[in-house]
Amino acid sequence: MAGAQAVQPVLELKGRMMTLTVLRLLDPSVEVLARELDRRVQEAPDFFRFLPVILDVEAVANSDLYLDLAGLAGLLQARQFVPVGIRGGGANWQEAAAAAGLAVFPMDRDSAAGDTKRRKTADEGTAAKAIADEAGMVVTQPVRSGQQIYARGGDLVIMAPVSPGAEVLADGHIHIYGSLGGRALAGVRGDTSARIFCQAFRAELVSINGTYSVSEQIEEALRGKAVQIALHGDSLDIRAL
Amino acid sequence: MAKIVVVTSGKGGVGKTTTSAAVGAGLAKAGHRTVLVDFDVGLRNLDLIMGCERRVVYDFINVINGEASLNQALIRDKRVDNLFILAASQTRDKDALTDEGVERVLTELSKDFDYIICDSPAGIERGALLAMYFADEAIIVTNPEVSSVRDSDRVLGILASKTRRAANGEPPVREQLLLTRYSPQRVLKGEMLSVEDVKEILAIDLLGVIPESQAVLNASNAGVPVILEDESDAGQAYQDAVARFLGEERPHRFLQIEKKGLFGRLFGG
Repeated sequence: MAGAQAVQPVLELKGRMMTLTVLRLLDPSVEVLARELDRRVQEAPDFFRFLPVILDVEAVANSDLYLDLAGLAGLLQARQFVPVGIRGGGANWQEAAAAAGLAVFPMDRDSAAGDTKRRKTADEGTAAKAIADEAGMVVTQPVRSGQQIYARGGDLVIMAPVSPGAEVLADGHIHIYGSLGGRALAGVRGDTSARIFCQAFRAELVSINGTYSVSEQIEEALRGKAVQIALHGDSLDIRAL
Repeated sequence: MAKIVVVTSGKGGVGKTTTSAAVGAGLAKAGHRTVLVDFDVGLRNLDLIMGCERRVVYDFINVINGEASLNQALIRDKRVDNLFILAASQTRDKDALTDEGVERVLTELSKDFDYIICDSPAGIERGALLAMYFADEAIIVTNPEVSSVRDSDRVLGILASKTRRAANGEPPVREQLLLTRYSPQRVLKGEMLSVEDVKEILAIDLLGVIPESQAVLNASNAGVPVILEDESDAGQAYQDAVARFLGEERPHRFLQIEKKGLFGRLFGG
């Protein structure tokens, strides 16, 4: 029976986090940029070959460079870069990007112009993520089941409970002035010195730089206690404060 | 402008509809024009609990589709002045609820009423999300057990991020906890979470604690909001909760195991 056969999917959409190189444009002159690019490419031709880049135009946002965005993209392609999009700039830049077939990425922290609104908490565990300030990120509301908060590039300080089913992540330390009932992952981009602190330890999972421990493996005596968690060698050291 | 109050929980069977009926009747008795709106399209129960199932002609979906006016669909409660019910459709499903339709009906109701109580379906799908979206206040109905508490926690996260108030950057939805089916005996035996446990996990204000009570089931079967049963413990607990909802301070009752006093023992009361 043809109708009973499972249909093979021909494509899938998946959200993935990738690292992309950001090329910050600091001079509004195409000629100056071209010269500098040539110099850089000569230094390390293999490194730049087919390198996907995002053009950060924030520093030149007020110049006329947007009028020649397509030309600039062509210039990059001629040097075997793969320009994928821009970030920064106003509506004029976004229109120019659309015309040049480039994507528009949000700035990853509040720009001075304030046209990108920062989300404090993200629901639904989707790719929506909150972004850390230089001084780290401070969350004052409870982190609920199903929510995910990521402090990129810094510490995460939470002055409320983290519920079971919630997930908090940071590139640096995680401090929780309350109960930790969900998952906490510190040092997610390789910082082995990152630590996790909490006032009442009931975590489902804790991890530092990918080394993790699940609730089942955690000593019963530490449950509900104030603890700090550090990475010692390749195991987690969880001890009462 | 009416205050829009959503009664929600995430988990099913915890007492959302019982609470909607009780709170709606309580607010109306306090003199506020109140309408109960059943968002549980396809599994309508509110009309049964309110004892008006035989008087449903037009429902919420009919109004959304323009097949009936609000005045035709609103059912006036026979016991309490100022109380109206807008029943859900039993023959349709949640897809019949459109964003614009719900917004239009709620806006229209807002002109005539002081309180709109939205009885949310269980889950976090379309019907539940729409019941929450327009809310100014939320009553989170939770049973003292871990799965119910976790689901409530999830719903609180949605209320903080996926409502009209969140979308417009307005002050957040006011969230209050109503703990239902509470049994101090079972808490003592360790079979149930205590009020303190639940408060600690959910970290929101406690509107009230409704004791586990036969009166709730009896009232549901009879189609009477339990808050109208003045003699029952659950009825009194709901009366306290509504008074607190309206800003009155009342001590929480029914948290301890009832000990028979000296007189009780003497007179066998």
